[in-house]
Amino acid sequence: MTNTDWPLWEVFVRSRRGLSHTHAGSLHAPDAEFALRNARDLYTRRGEGVSIWVVPSSAITASSPDEKDPFFEPAADKPYRHPTFYEIPEGVKHL
Amino acid sequence: MTTTVPTAAALALGDDALVLSHRLGEWAGHAPVLEEEVALANIALDLLGQARVLLSTVGDEDELAYLREERAFRNLQLVEQPNGDFAHTIVRQLYFSTYQHLLYAELAAGDGPFAPLAAKAVKEVAYHRDHAEQWTLRLGDGTDASHERMLRACTALWRFTGEMFQPVDGLDVDRTRMDTAWLESVETVLRRATLLLPEGPRSGAWSAGAGRQGVHTEPFGRMLAEMQHLHRSHPGASW
Amino acid sequence: MATAAAHKAYGTEEEHAGTAAYERAFDAAVAADERIEPRDWMPDAYRATLVRQMAQHAHSEIIGMQPEANWITRAPSLRRKAILMAKVQDEAGHGLYLYSAAETLGTSREELLDKLHSGRQKYSSIFNYPTLTWADVGAIGWLVDGAAITNQVPLCRCSYGPYARAMVRICKEESFHQRQGYELLLALSRGTPEQHAMAQDAVDRWWWPSLMMFGPPDDESAHSAQSMTWKIKRHSNDDLRQRFVDICVPQAESLGLSLPDPDLKWNEERGHHDFGPIDWTEFKEVLKGNGPCNEQRLTQRRRAHEEGAWVREAAVAHAAKHSDDTKAEQA
Repeated sequence: MTNTDWPLWEVFVRSRRGLSHTHAGSLHAPDAEFALRNARDLYTRRGEGVSIWVVPSSAITASSPDEKDPFFEPAADKPYRHPTFYEIPEGVKHL
Repeated sequence: MTTTVPTAAALALGDDALVLSHRLGEWAGHAPVLEEEVALANIALDLLGQARVLLSTVGDEDELAYLREERAFRNLQLVEQPNGDFAHTIVRQLYFSTYQHLLYAELAAGDGPFAPLAAKAVKEVAYHRDHAEQWTLRLGDGTDASHERMLRACTALWRFTGEMFQPVDGLDVDRTRMDTAWLESVETVLRRATLLLPEGPRSGAWSAGAGRQGVHTEPFGRMLAEMQHLHRSHPGASW
Repeated sequence: MATAAAHKAYGTEEEHAGTAAYERAFDAAVAADERIEPRDWMPDAYRATLVRQMAQHAHSEIIGMQPEANWITRAPSLRRKAILMAKVQDEAGHGLYLYSAAETLGTSREELLDKLHSGRQKYSSIFNYPTLTWADVGAIGWLVDGAAITNQVPLCRCSYGPYARAMVRICKEESFHQRQGYELLLALSRGTPEQHAMAQDAVDRWWWPSLMMFGPPDDESAHSAQSMTWKIKRHSNDDLRQRFVDICVPQAESLGLSLPDPDLKWNEERGHHDFGPIDWTEFKEVLKGNGPCNEQRLTQRRRAHEEGAWVREAAVAHAAKHSDDTKAEQA
């Protein structure tokens, strides 16, 4: 049996300048050049993007949902990272 | 604009786009991989858009597409060739889109009647050319079987490539320079794809450049019969 | 296998002693209308239902290209031809979005296509009916896409994130599909007597199969109740069917075409249209493979796949030969 399966790629599209690339979906392609072209045809055929990234799905390392607590919860007890933590006298502007 | 566009040239370019778009449309539901369904349809839609603009500058697009007889069409014989296998389709795309890209780039740079259309089309065609080149590289330098199919396709379609550089009334371009650039570009792509420029003649024995004069190959009549049948069955109807 | 690490389900039931706790968390998330994401724990049956449904949906999109592609080369005006090509192209795209969503659960597209080609997975039975005239393209847009949209809009809120997101994209893109069909039929209905007759004939043939698209009646629908609890499905088959009939009746009037059901009439008391009995025997026969085009559709699909094998293989071989070039370029 010969190999006819193309690997999977994840597609990220920047919808317009000033925004970051957002995950749009995935597709199959034999190599990076074709992944880009296929992504252009598939995910931007109605003019949805100005820039595309493609990444082999196998290259992505994801956090696991089970690690959710140790991974993300420590952030929740650092309220001083958020501007609302600080009290500013009324009338002070541009801060 | 309508009055300044030379009819013969508009028909030649418009018919090329119309007929090739039709052939590519025949792939719908038959492409080798789903991603390619989308890609081929994109190219077909670009070409159909170009055809509609071009035909509309010299008449009613539907009358021209559906009510002309075979001998009144001015497209190249290359674009009417049946799809064959995917290698044939890709080689037809390579030969034609390289030519069309060179032509539209030159028209877009000038200030003739086709400049506005060419300025838009040249971007579309650049992509068609890239698509054809990418596939040529992969199929030529893929497996033995794909290499073999590409060789056959390159050779089979070679005799339709001379016609592209025949003179057309109202198309003011440097054909010799374009032909040289075309040969250079196609040869480079083929070489990178481990293929060679075919050796045979670049035009048929009795019908050199004849598509532009309304002489076509046998498969074209059948293609038109299918394309025009419904429209012609209901004279005067609107759709 | 092209399944990405990121797409693998995290763990299996056996690996987790605390399955019950996971199950409670899952149930709570669904109840709270939160989305389930690929690596979340989920019951095996939920996963299996989703893979089956997304695959069937994806298969329907790509088999569904055939009846309409049948008319691309004969479209009677260049405007109609462009619209039809764009629509058939969208269907290929939608198939791709859905396969992509199904792959997040660890089943590769290749596996799913194998199941389609070998008849182990189904596609929507509606595509086993033939497109006999140009008007069928309009009837498919108006009725078949109309029914599909009625079914699909609630799926945008489906509990499984990737499926819901694919559906949002699909519904947005499909909004033109139904309108073009309606417009096409309107042009025919208001055209010559022959064109009008062509439109009526198409509607007569597509009406009942469209109603069957909502699936068997609620009391006979095997998976419905569980899918509703899991919020994969939001409304019952019969509810959606009724909604569709109520929408279509006034649209048919505006078209100047009749619907082929003598029992169709407004029921003041229910606030809905009553309609005649559906021939479920026909539905079951088509589902079993005895519809007019079952064989033809699958044969064409298999042939396209088999005839394309050398192309896909060549691209893989080329990538293997040149993967070093790419690395060198990037270095």
